[in-house]
Amino acid sequence: MQADQHRETDSTDHIEVKNTTCYMCACRCGIRVTLKNGEVRYIQGNPDHPLNKGVICAKGSSGIMKQYSPARLTKPMRRRKGAERGDNDFEEISWDEAFDMMAERLREIRATDPKKFALFTGRDQMQALTGLFAKQFGTPNYAAHGGFCSVNMAAGMIYTIGGSFWEFGGPDLERSKLFIMFGTAEDHHSNPLKMQLSEFKRNGGRFISINPIRSGYSAIADEWVPIKPGTDGALILAIINEIIQQGLYDRDFLIQYTNSAELVNTDQASNEEGLFVRQGEAKIDDSCVDAQNKLWWDRHANGVVKTHTEDADPYLLGDFQLDDGTPVKPAFQLLVDRVKDYTPEWASSITGISVETIKQLAHEMGITARDQKIELPIPWTDSWGKDHESVTGNPVSFHAMRGLAAHSNGFHSIRSLSILMTILGTIDRPGGFRHKAPFPRPIPPCAKTPKGSEGVQPNTPLAGMALGWPAEPNDLFVDDEGKPVRLDKGFSWEYPLSVHGLMHNAITNAWRGDPYKIDTLMIFMANMAWNSSMNTVSVRDMLKDKDENGDYKIPNIFVCDAFESEMVAFADLVLPDTTYLERHDVMSMLDRPISEYDGPVDSVRIPVLPPKGDSRPFQETIIELGSRLGLPAFVKEDGTRKFRDYPDFVVNYETEKGSGIGFLAGWRGKAGEKFMKGEPNPNQWEMYEKNNCVYQYHLPKSYQYMRNFNEGYLQWSRKHRLTRFAEPITIHVYSEVLQKFRLAAQGKLAGKQPPDHLRKRVETYFDPLPMYYVPLESQLTDTQKYPLNAVTQRPMAMYHSWDSQNAWLRQIHAHNYLHVNPVTAQANGISDDDWIWVESMHGKVRCQCRVSEAVEPGTVWTWNAIGKASGAWGLDKKANESQRGFLLNHLISEELPEHEDGDHISNSDPITGQAAWYDVRVRIYKTDDNEPAQTSPQFKTHKHTPGTPKRKPKWQAFFAGLGKFKGDNK
Amino acid sequence: MSQLALVIDLNVCVGCHACVTNCKEWNTSGSAGALSDDNPYSKDPTGTFFNRVQTYEVGTFPKTETVHFPKSCLHCEDPPCVPVCPTGASYKREEDGIVLVDYDKCIGCRYCSWACPYGAREIDEHQKVMKKCTLCVDRIYDENLPEAERKPACVLACPTSARLFGDVHDPDSEVSVAIREQGGYQLMPEWGTKPSNHYLPRRKNHVSYKKDELERVDNPLKKEDYQVDSTEPSLDDVTSW
Amino acid sequence: MQPAFSVIFLTTLIGMGQGLFLAIYTRQVYSVLNVVEASSTGEFYSLGSALALCLLILGLIASIFHLGRPERAWRAASMWRTSWLSREVIVLPTVMGLVFLYGLVHFMGWNVVLMTFGSIPIDLSMIIGALTTLAVFSLYIATGMIYACLKFLQEWHSPLTVINYLLLGSVSGFTLATLLASYQQPELVSFFSGWSIVLLVLAFIFRGASLIRNKRLRPKSTVQTAIGVRHNQIKQKSMGFMGGAMNTRDFFHGKTKFFLKSIKLLFIIMVFIVPMAILILALFKPSFMVLVVACASMFIGLLAERWYFFAEGNHPQNIYYQAIA
Ligand SMILES: Nc1nc2c(c(=O)[nH]1)N[C@H]1C(S)=C(S)[C@@H](COP(=O)(O)OP(=O)(O)OC[C@H]3O[C@@H](n4cnc5c(=O)[nH]c(N)nc54)[C@H](O)[C@@H]3O)O[C@H]1N2
Ligand SMILES: Nc1nc2c(c(=O)[nH]1)N[C@H]1C(S)=C(S)[C@@H](COP(=O)(O)OP(=O)(O)OC[C@H]3O[C@@H](n4cnc5c(=O)[nH]c(N)nc54)[C@H](O)[C@@H]3O)O[C@H]1N2
Ligand code: SF4
Ligand code: SF4
Ligand code: SF4
Ligand code: SF4
Ligand code: SF4
Ligand SMILES: [Mo]
Repeated sequence: MQADQHRETDSTDHIEVKNTTCYMCACRCGIRVTLKNGEVRYIQGNPDHPLNKGVICAKGSSGIMKQYSPARLTKPMRRRKGAERGDNDFEEISWDEAFDMMAERLREIRATDPKKFALFTGRDQMQALTGLFAKQFGTPNYAAHGGFCSVNMAAGMIYTIGGSFWEFGGPDLERSKLFIMFGTAEDHHSNPLKMQLSEFKRNGGRFISINPIRSGYSAIADEWVPIKPGTDGALILAIINEIIQQGLYDRDFLIQYTNSAELVNTDQASNEEGLFVRQGEAKIDDSCVDAQNKLWWDRHANGVVKTHTEDADPYLLGDFQLDDGTPVKPAFQLLVDRVKDYTPEWASSITGISVETIKQLAHEMGITARDQKIELPIPWTDSWGKDHESVTGNPVSFHAMRGLAAHSNGFHSIRSLSILMTILGTIDRPGGFRHKAPFPRPIPPCAKTPKGSEGVQPNTPLAGMALGWPAEPNDLFVDDEGKPVRLDKGFSWEYPLSVHGLMHNAITNAWRGDPYKIDTLMIFMANMAWNSSMNTVSVRDMLKDKDENGDYKIPNIFVCDAFESEMVAFADLVLPDTTYLERHDVMSMLDRPISEYDGPVDSVRIPVLPPKGDSRPFQETIIELGSRLGLPAFVKEDGTRKFRDYPDFVVNYETEKGSGIGFLAGWRGKAGEKFMKGEPNPNQWEMYEKNNCVYQYHLPKSYQYMRNFNEGYLQWSRKHRLTRFAEPITIHVYSEVLQKFRLAAQGKLAGKQPPDHLRKRVETYFDPLPMYYVPLESQLTDTQKYPLNAVTQRPMAMYHSWDSQNAWLRQIHAHNYLHVNPVTAQANGISDDDWIWVESMHGKVRCQCRVSEAVEPGTVWTWNAIGKASGAWGLDKKANESQRGFLLNHLISEELPEHEDGDHISNSDPITGQAAWYDVRVRIYKTDDNEPAQTSPQFKTHKHTPGTPKRKPKWQAFFAGLGKFKGDNK
Repeated sequence: MSQLALVIDLNVCVGCHACVTNCKEWNTSGSAGALSDDNPYSKDPTGTFFNRVQTYEVGTFPKTETVHFPKSCLHCEDPPCVPVCPTGASYKREEDGIVLVDYDKCIGCRYCSWACPYGAREIDEHQKVMKKCTLCVDRIYDENLPEAERKPACVLACPTSARLFGDVHDPDSEVSVAIREQGGYQLMPEWGTKPSNHYLPRRKNHVSYKKDELERVDNPLKKEDYQVDSTEPSLDDVTSW
Repeated sequence: MQPAFSVIFLTTLIGMGQGLFLAIYTRQVYSVLNVVEASSTGEFYSLGSALALCLLILGLIASIFHLGRPERAWRAASMWRTSWLSREVIVLPTVMGLVFLYGLVHFMGWNVVLMTFGSIPIDLSMIIGALTTLAVFSLYIATGMIYACLKFLQEWHSPLTVINYLLLGSVSGFTLATLLASYQQPELVSFFSGWSIVLLVLAFIFRGASLIRNKRLRPKSTVQTAIGVRHNQIKQKSMGFMGGAMNTRDFFHGKTKFFLKSIKLLFIIMVFIVPMAILILALFKPSFMVLVVACASMFIGLLAERWYFFAEGNHPQNIYYQAIA
């Protein structure tokens, strides 16, 4: 076995094994890294880690090649004098110079107009810190990836059930019998989902995938239901209709735990139309408490009673009149009225799914939920003081991600899904949907942005959060004229519930100076000159566009990245970050922790290697900048630096003086005896280190279910400061929050009013009941000309644009094809491997075709972000990624064509501002014979980046511990 | 005599490639290493991998099945790659049936690769010797590893536990039971190579419910007897006697 | 398969070398048996042997290029019990040694008669020649069997493979002997060309038979047996890597059907038709220059034939390497 060229481990080899957390993607598995003579020998899943229990994925296993990638940035750099943005023409500078540059700019901005500094971060995991920095700086212009990622998922579900899929909750596949997955290719919880799916299948569970494409997870589904993109809302509403028609809903659940039986004012003449009727004072008057002063129509009394009145039996259906003559209906009746016309026949014509299949889906869900009840002998007490002897559940579970989210009708589709899950009685119950701490949170959660431009003041922290959860029109972040305060127009009347911001519009808006010009754009870990921008070609031009004086329209761009990405090329200042193996990180309860269904879990990274070259963790950069700028959270009273470094910050920072809440929940208190809340513990890192880099808390069994209304849990959650109140979180089958915006648009609600041109838009989309509409882009496209939907999927073995620099992963996906159903291909005279044009009304891309039976004929698709700009990512200019790989983003516009709502309306969901990636309509046709066999568009090849190797190996062979690669240089 | 092997469950494999890169990662710095990569950062990157995951489409739309199909050396019971080897570098171990290559004897003539119908061998273009899956022989007997980890790297990595490892000659082993109970089969049985690795087929879970299960006494709609709109005219309103 | 030039040269060169030896030894046997009039000179035998040896050496050199680790080539002799390749590795030098001895004996004139069978004298060269013949036949078989023993390479897995290696090698050697005769002992030309014609006819029949056989072959392995899924509509979408690997490089010629057909036509013309015409002509009007053309045509034709032989081999492993995506 012994290969003659290499020695095996011998006694002089120094072997070390260290635990940390993977970051080859956002899943955050625990890993164990074996080092040999200081080089990474092996990265494996940590068997003692609660998240991945020892397994690891293709990316995680390729961490070695990320660590030793020649695309690593190792030096701070400044754009060379005279060089243009985009050319990747840099000169090395020192960190001191870099900090001087930044501090000088930022100090001036902060002292004059803090909103001229914008900080946007990509698929990162440190929003707790970056968000804090932005708030302390005083700029409203902060957001992370959520807006262009899956905010519809968060908002649609959180505004309905107080929790959501994505990183906040998921299906209980351990106990489920039927699992329906909508539009998910890989998702964040990648390893756990895979583990659970296989266990679920092996236990005899039935798995149905609803997706235009059958790949990955869908491959192992027992049934694949191909659906036309953007039409899931129609399908779900028809299923709801059928379930109600057949009486397959969970009546008790709807009555006790949702607002279904609560009476809504249906008086069209009233200003209160569509609001719940209330009687008496609310116990707590706060927008994040669902006051319990609403009414039911009790069967026995044949009249109104307060909700949750002992022994009352309210009607779910019917219409009634209050004593004062006000007509009212239970919310559920309104839902029934709404879905009446959403018949399976209607949905069939929209979704392309047969009527029988739609009914079969509804029946399967309903019957399984009704007949396969789970009962766990776990006593618990509900919020109304009622004791229950057991926890019961209906074993039908769902999962959904960007297939639903990334459409401009996604909010309502997802709300519909939440309602479907609710009427089946599956919220936080065994076999159904389960929350993960800190969820459930109030509907909507308490955090709010400032309510006007006065929240932004020089040399002052922002008077609120940069991102929050509006509960009513007055919560919008607009100035006195109703205009947006944020650069991305988040929380304005254009996208009132844009709870994660609209990062995808930040560059365009800054370039246009609408709503205003900015001075400095700081980008961390986002490849905005490439895969996270829509309309990439133009965005790249905007980044380097100049005004009449010859100055860049966006005057300063600072970029912190770890690799030679496309974005780096456009920076004026480049800050080389460390990799995940080289830094401290926290997956904080204040951001998106890795909680399990049975309780909160947070985790950390602890460096296993020293930083490469002059790279420096961005966290340290933030702390340094915060200290230099004298931001209150980062300095002592006398203005001197408060924290030595990031680890010190993590241990000692408290949200407020003495709050006991910090970045990490585990081992708080002087000796680590407390959790969630407690004084700083100087040995906190060591404790995490000893415990596989995780802190896990298992809730008592009786607190693990029904948490929206589980008295014990809610008290626990309040006590440990996860939530402010312990009031029940009633599920919003009917959304009064949305209705308030509609009332404002109708001029029926006093307070902030939408500008007139947006009244109709707000009135239309802020429907308190779930609805279906054709995605906005399709409404504005000539669908005869552009008949096809084009979508992307994540390949399991690649993370966004990160991994093309990875010598192993790029062998799996070196370039990408457009996958086309054979019928569609034939109709367009196209066959396998042909070069084709894919054209939308915004642009066109040349690529190669791959005929596939696993895609619905009206859809074409490709893997996301495989295509690269020539010379980026440390790749040769002839690399397949740039020559045969392509990016669909060139076809997708960040703004809708001019229409009645305005001319620079984002191509996003009108409620949440979620980027509508998957709305684009295209046509395909063969290229001319004389066209080159190369993808289009092409971009100028990146210049060599200082601090990275000039020559790339012709071949290499990695053997850990020998201090070098074997290999040859060109 | 035992015969160690992998059993791959196509019913749960989602084609994630974890087994592919984890195999590479383990082996490149192990006794089979280093596993070279050519053009690692330029056109047509290629390298030595012992395990690949392929994808097949079965049937036509909409009755399409997508099958992810991992494949490494199958450690044939009657391995055609062994007798043809002129140097004896290729051999099958008596004690556990693992088919291995002795890199110190191999002359890189590639003949064994011609003799393998499965395309499971990989020449190392730089060491110029033939390589292939070793069944992680350097892990599975390593007493320095905790017992639970004495398994092939790909098996430990696999998130869906689609890769089972064990002795297919031991009728009570996990793998034998799986083969027996889940219809495990061999690839290209027509050549009599008797691969030790087996594959478990797709299995489908169907539901069947009877129409009368839809409508039942406890149907909650029956609770909603108050179905009538009180403002609607009734007999009461129009008759007077 | 992807034809490897080292192997093409190896098999054609040693085939010809072996054939050349067979030709001259046949002549010697005929002479000894007195069935032919003009007896050939020792010089002819030694020159023939030298030439044969050269071809064998060239073949051996070519084969080195096929090895990743030629410095360990000696190890290849160890597995003669199971490996035809190992057997070839043993027999090839044996043949070379014997041919060398045979030529040496003739060259030195050490043809002491050892015994006589009736009127037939058996000298040392006859005995060495007989042994060499045995070795040459073994070598043909070993070479042929290297390919013929691979049962899933259905195109190769046939006695025809061995027969063709034997016949094509022989006829190329006999044709070369004809050329050699025309240069050195023109009176022998008709003997060699006569034999060559007979062998060429045989070779044509058997090579033709194998072409016909292969055309009719139905692959036993299908994508269904390869992945074990029973369905008549299965297509690979991805083989799991995109930049190629040994599995995509070594097992498929990567040429068009038209190219393959052309090569087939080319070798039929150059191996069979052109030499046949010239050999028949040589029966009546031997000409050195024209025979050079015959030999060259045949050798080049054989390179094409060998290329085609390899290309024709459909390796079942290719089923696994059909598509990238
Ligand atoms: N390996 C890997 N893992 C990742 C990532 C990665 O890049 N690589 N990225 C991470 C990130 S940031 C995110 S946000 C998540 C996203 O995880 P996913 O939500 O799984 O993201 P996508 O790959 O976009 O998958 C969308 C799926 O929806 C389908 N789809 C598209 N339109 C529709 C529709 O209208 N209806 C239905 N039913 N389906 C539709 C597509 O076919 C596709 O299968 O993944 C995370 N995990
Ligand atoms: N067409 C299309 N476009 C899409 C999507 C889609 O489905 N289809 N998905 C969208 C979604 S959901 C998302 S979340 C976005 C993701 O888009 P981005 O957030 O832009 O994600 P990445 O491509 O991962 O780029 C992040 C940058 O982080 C850098 N990086 C990696 N590791 C580190 C590190 O440790 N430190 C630092 N400082 N930098 C690092 C990388 O080099 C890269 O330049 O893409 C969106 N774009
Ligand atoms: S799923 Fe993500 S975090 Fe987990 S091992 Fe893979 S890359 Fe790492
Ligand atoms: S799969 Fe191929 S290499 Fe492995 S034992 Fe069988 S014949 Fe040999
Ligand atoms: S390549 Fe090596 S292992 Fe294979 S047959 Fe030749 S010597 Fe044997
Ligand atoms: S058993 Fe080991 S060598 Fe074989 S495929 Fe799995 S990881 Fe690779
Ligand atoms: S790791 Fe497991 S699930 Fe992933 S491709 Fe390999 S066998 Fe399939
Ligand atoms: Mo995302």
